[in-house]
Amino acid sequence: MSEKIRNGSEIARWLLLAAVTVSLIASSAATAQTPASSTPAASQSANAAPAGNAENGKKLYVLYFCWSCHGSQGRAGGTAPAITPSTRSADDLIKYVRKPRGAMPPYTSKSISDRELADIAAFLRAVPKDPDPKSIPLLNQ
Amino acid sequence: MAKKSKSKPVDRRHFLKTAAASAALVASKPGAARAQQPAPEPRNASAPILARPAAAPAAVVDEAVTIDRPGSDFMVDVIKSLGFEHMFGVPANTYMSLQESIVNYGRNKDPEFILATNEDLAAAMAHGYAKVAGKPALIGCHGTVGAQHATMGVYDAFCDRVPMVMILGNIFDAAKRGTGKVAWVHSAQDAAALVRDMTKWDDAPHSLPHFAESMVRAYKIAMTPPMMPVALVLDVDLQEEEVPKGANLHIPKLGTMVPPAADSGAVAELAKLLVAAEHPVIVVDRVARTPEAIKHLVELAETLQAAVIDRKGRMNFPTRHPLEQTRSRMGLADADVVLGIEVIDFAGVRSQRQGSKRISITANDLFSRSNYTDYLKFAEVDLAIPADGEATLPPLVEAVKRLITDDRRRFFQDRGAKLAAAHKEVFDRYPQQAVVGWNDSPISTARVTAELWPLIKNEDWSLVADLSFFQDWPLKLWNFDRHYQFIGGPGGYGIGYGAPAAVGAAVANKKYGRISINIQQDGDLMMGPGSLWTAANHHLPLLTVMHNNQGFHNECMEAQRLALRRGRDATRANIGNRLIEPVIDYAKMAESMGMHGEGPINDPKDLGPALKRAMEVVKRGEPALVDTRTQPR
Ligand SMILES: Cc1ncc(C[n+]2csc(CCOP(=O)(O)OP(=O)(O)O)c2C)c(N)n1
Ligand SMILES: [Mg+2]
Repeated sequence: MSEKIRNGSEIARWLLLAAVTVSLIASSAATAQTPASSTPAASQSANAAPAGNAENGKKLYVLYFCWSCHGSQGRAGGTAPAITPSTRSADDLIKYVRKPRGAMPPYTSKSISDRELADIAAFLRAVPKDPDPKSIPLLNQ
Repeated sequence: MAKKSKSKPVDRRHFLKTAAASAALVASKPGAARAQQPAPEPRNASAPILARPAAAPAAVVDEAVTIDRPGSDFMVDVIKSLGFEHMFGVPANTYMSLQESIVNYGRNKDPEFILATNEDLAAAMAHGYAKVAGKPALIGCHGTVGAQHATMGVYDAFCDRVPMVMILGNIFDAAKRGTGKVAWVHSAQDAAALVRDMTKWDDAPHSLPHFAESMVRAYKIAMTPPMMPVALVLDVDLQEEEVPKGANLHIPKLGTMVPPAADSGAVAELAKLLVAAEHPVIVVDRVARTPEAIKHLVELAETLQAAVIDRKGRMNFPTRHPLEQTRSRMGLADADVVLGIEVIDFAGVRSQRQGSKRISITANDLFSRSNYTDYLKFAEVDLAIPADGEATLPPLVEAVKRLITDDRRRFFQDRGAKLAAAHKEVFDRYPQQAVVGWNDSPISTARVTAELWPLIKNEDWSLVADLSFFQDWPLKLWNFDRHYQFIGGPGGYGIGYGAPAAVGAAVANKKYGRISINIQQDGDLMMGPGSLWTAANHHLPLLTVMHNNQGFHNECMEAQRLALRRGRDATRANIGNRLIEPVIDYAKMAESMGMHGEGPINDPKDLGPALKRAMEVVKRGEPALVDTRTQPR
């Protein structure tokens, strides 16, 4: 991996992922989830999509700037459509982002791995629903 | 000396009252009455300002001879005759004489000098001010370094068709620049050259009569649609030297200005098309120069029961009017006649319907500059009416009314009912859209908007912000029906316009006791944080709510897009785009400049109470800022 680390930002990213991995491995017995991906996209080949780890996916969602168009919870950010609430499988998500339609730029395997996308898909599926607008007085003024 | 008027002086109180009643947009004939206004008291700059001690002086002391009447005092007479209320400026010795005359001779009232911390901010303040006040302010700057700073603000105003008068101080006579460096580097042969491509007119007067004529001409040119900034280069000597004894100085009369309305034949032709149309759509953008525009536009739309699409370059049409169809299914797509009134990008406004007719009314067809391509893509139309949109509305309404038969009236009524239903559908959907991310942190822009509404809806409020990066939420969730409640965007999309334009607009609003609300992008504020100081210094009732997405987010998305299209690393889009290392504390920034500051607010539950506290400060007549960590858009 070391030859892939080119600067501080990449080191920071690697450290973040490593930290996530350590904490997830520690808790994996309890949560019985798939271990997190431990390496950035550039350093691994495309793997078959595993079930995904939502907690890691949440961090990757931030790291890969998905939030920048879709909002912090994927609920639509004004520049892109909502991607939550989601029932989308990892395979589905991977297929879409590799060659998206419309304004979305492609997240090819050079930019993000299948495993990382599987984690993001798991995170998107875990995002809770919004409340009913009728229950909010501020939206019924 | 300025010639005194023989006509009856206008009672200023009465004038203000009338101006307030007409809600103060476009004073089209300020000079007519006020050009001849009596000179301010005291007439003489050497008149005592501080009370002298009662006791007689013990001995006669030899005193230096003072300049009793510098040229800049006469300049103030001319400026006052035109009804200027403010000069936004950064002090500089090349126009300090005028500043001193404004402050002492003119008693710092009409115009009042408002200190900005950068000429760019001064220009953007004048920009925001003019959109609420309906008339230009002065901006004061060094003709060299000051003008260089000012250009961005002036460019936005130029693109936004907003008037202002730039005063550029200069030292024309090289023999007066001495041997030092500063006077030389702060002088230019042609100081206005720098802003010539973004102003409508400029001059460098050589004498006081020349100044008087050029100042009145500058005002007239700036205020004739299409309105734009103008510039006057003022020589230091002309400002500082004594007015020659016996000089018979005259202030030219401005007279009543009538904006250019359309040719009556063209109006009749257009009225025929509109009355005969099945689904005419009226698209408006920068129409409203005065409060009258909303009234006339409502009358035109109601007479025809036609759809109105408001692109909100100004506050043109009430957002909750049933004929408002900006986001409705009955908008443009199926229009058989599209009338664009002062539409900035009419080329981009198209019906899908075969054979539909396109008509434009715009003062932009009357004047343009070449270099900057703010004229945008050429709009193909069937009928181009080169005229001021607002001025053309009343004759158009009359022409339409003359053509309507009972048959058409019944047809219009049916159409109106369908449009009203389509309008309602749109607004009924907004709560469902606004609830998206309701409890998320960072806070959704819809939630910020919804939390603000109950705090302002019973006040006399004015939103002094551009909403392009805020999903237009206030336009969807609030009720806009007054001309000053929305002022459009920057015009030239120059970031850094928002904070100072809000301050300028708040200066204009304050006179009417209105509360100004600014939704403030973080990156925009960082281009000119000194705007906050001017708001505090001027005790402006201005609520600033940060749209703090922690960076130049627009560019962040662009950087990410480019990296991904190149198969590169999207995680590096932070670099050069985000404002996170270190994180900026805007509440402290506000406090450091003397205003109430709160935040950062991350939890949406904390937002309502913070906004409430800030509003209490604003209602007491002081500015306040709430730093809200928001979703990107
Ligand atoms: C004077 C100027 N410089 C640069 C730009 C390019 N630009 C367009 S949007 C933008 C980001 C502005 O950041 P902010 O005001 O915080 O808005 P955000 O996109 O973050 O919501 C920039 C830098 C511009 N339009 N104007
Ligand atoms: Mg920002």
